[in-house]
Amino acid sequence: MPAALRAIEPAVEASPARPVLHARGVAKRFSNGTLAVTGVDLDLRAGEFVSLLGPSGCGKSTLLRLIAGLGEASAGRIDWPTTDHDSHGRPMRDVGFVFQEATLMPWATAQRNVMLPLILKRVPAKEAAARADAALEAVGLGSFLQAYPRELSGGMKMRVSIARALVTRPRLLLMDEPFAALDEITRQKLNDDLLALWARQRFTVLFVTHSVFESVYLSQRIVVMAARPGRVIADVATDAPFPRDASFRISPEYAAACRTVSAKLHEAIVS
Amino acid sequence: MTAIVKSHAGDGTDADALAPIVEQRRWLGLTVTTWQKILAPVAIGLLVLGLWELIVWKMAVPYYILPGPWRILQALVTDWKSLSGSLWITLQITGLALLAAVVLGALLSILFTQSKWLEMSLFPYAVILQVTPIVAIAPLIIIWVNDTLVSLLICAWIVAFFPILSNTILGLNSADHNLVNLFQLYGANRWQTLRYLRLPAALPYFLGGLRISGGLALIGAVVAEFVAGSGGTASGLAFRILEAGYQLKIPRMFAALVMVSGTGVLIFLVLSLVSYLLLRRWHESAVRREN
Ligand SMILES: Nc1ncnc2c1ncn2[C@@H]1O[C@H](COP(=O)(O)OP(=O)(O)O)[C@@H](O)[C@H]1O
Ligand SMILES: [Mg+2]
Repeated sequence: MPAALRAIEPAVEASPARPVLHARGVAKRFSNGTLAVTGVDLDLRAGEFVSLLGPSGCGKSTLLRLIAGLGEASAGRIDWPTTDHDSHGRPMRDVGFVFQEATLMPWATAQRNVMLPLILKRVPAKEAAARADAALEAVGLGSFLQAYPRELSGGMKMRVSIARALVTRPRLLLMDEPFAALDEITRQKLNDDLLALWARQRFTVLFVTHSVFESVYLSQRIVVMAARPGRVIADVATDAPFPRDASFRISPEYAAACRTVSAKLHEAIVS
Repeated sequence: MTAIVKSHAGDGTDADALAPIVEQRRWLGLTVTTWQKILAPVAIGLLVLGLWELIVWKMAVPYYILPGPWRILQALVTDWKSLSGSLWITLQITGLALLAAVVLGALLSILFTQSKWLEMSLFPYAVILQVTPIVAIAPLIIIWVNDTLVSLLICAWIVAFFPILSNTILGLNSADHNLVNLFQLYGANRWQTLRYLRLPAALPYFLGGLRISGGLALIGAVVAEFVAGSGGTASGLAFRILEAGYQLKIPRMFAALVMVSGTGVLIFLVLSLVSYLLLRRWHESAVRREN
């Protein structure tokens, strides 16, 4: 546990945080023969912000989908040590997913979009609406509840998508290059707002990105992947304290961490 | 012409936001552009009708070969009673056939997307039904079904049914792949996925099919009636056209023809309006763009 974290929540984090996810030797071979990932070990602990960094095509999305349960691993196992299991022994995964595109239902208002996970879980409409409103409020869209996706900018749509992923209060938030399609200024703003939200709600995040800068800025740990076949080649901790802001972007620590991670990523590409 | 168009730089900069938005001038509640849209085709229509009348008059074409617009209008007025009765029958057949096409088309497409087996085994027959010319099967249906009205209805339905079926199937299968994944992630069952995802995603496609089917239902009704009309029992607009033809009442024939076309246009307009009202909040085809 980095010192920085302990400084924020001393009472809760006195003992090591409980494990959320425990993956060992995970591999995925698609029916066309592509070995997308192989031998992946990954541990996530409650409240952690971890980035998954790697060149495009190295299997980041594939790994994320396996963790979300959208597809079966060909080998290895993904365990949820502190999650309940259903009568068939399957883990009752409790994840939120944010795709690279906002992936909203164009026929529904922002509020209706965010209500979706609750409606599907049969939460009464009134309660679902109240919780959706609170989630939209939390991502700064309190005054856009009744807006349709086409009336929102790219950054705002992504905020709706994040609100939708968080409305169920998931144990693990999976984000697949969520800000890659946004302009730099919007992306930095969303990075800051995501961190603020994380500091408040303390969900666990696995954040996929191909940007070294983004991964260093956001996360406590950076898992670096290499392509062909997709595998984990490094696990770098960044000890810089939270909260982080614009001054962190120009600090020597940030530059040093970016250098370290870049070097690892370079290994990933040449290896 | 003083067309004042909304002026936007369109480059998304601040200057864009500052540019004055000048509302279009309105006349009787409609904007100048709307008036242009209405008046331009009307002007062309009047011009053509005028020319037609002029040619018929100048060249002294006999009215039993080509009546002028004025004579057709007279026929429309004098024969209004019998013609409007026939119009009502044609409208009923068209409307009922379209309704049956909507209900069965939507239900079948939902069934097909729930079971690949059902789709694989039945869809080819829907195609066969569609590609077989309706004039060729109409006599059979009229022989098999005792009630003329019902047989006409079946013919119109056969023609109207397929666009709704194939469009709705396409729509139900075209839900965003990531959204499908999201539903899966939250453990949605078939019914939930259908209700909250596939049906809304299919709506624009269904409405596209509906607009085609509206016109086809009318064509189906008219064609079938032509076939049945030789038996002399039905009395829709098609029968009036046939009857007028036999009696060489050509202006009356044209009047009935005008009514058939008018009905088709009306059906299209009504269905377009329905489509617009249902989609205007969210679908690209219906929203008003400001850039
Ligand atoms: N459904 C699929 N079928 C076959 N190959 C796939 C499929 N999805 C991804 N792949 C392949 O697996 C590899 C990893 O893809 P992906 O996980 O999307 O990488 P990343 O997200 O890191 O860019 C790529 O080579 C890709 O072509
Ligand atoms: Mg990817």
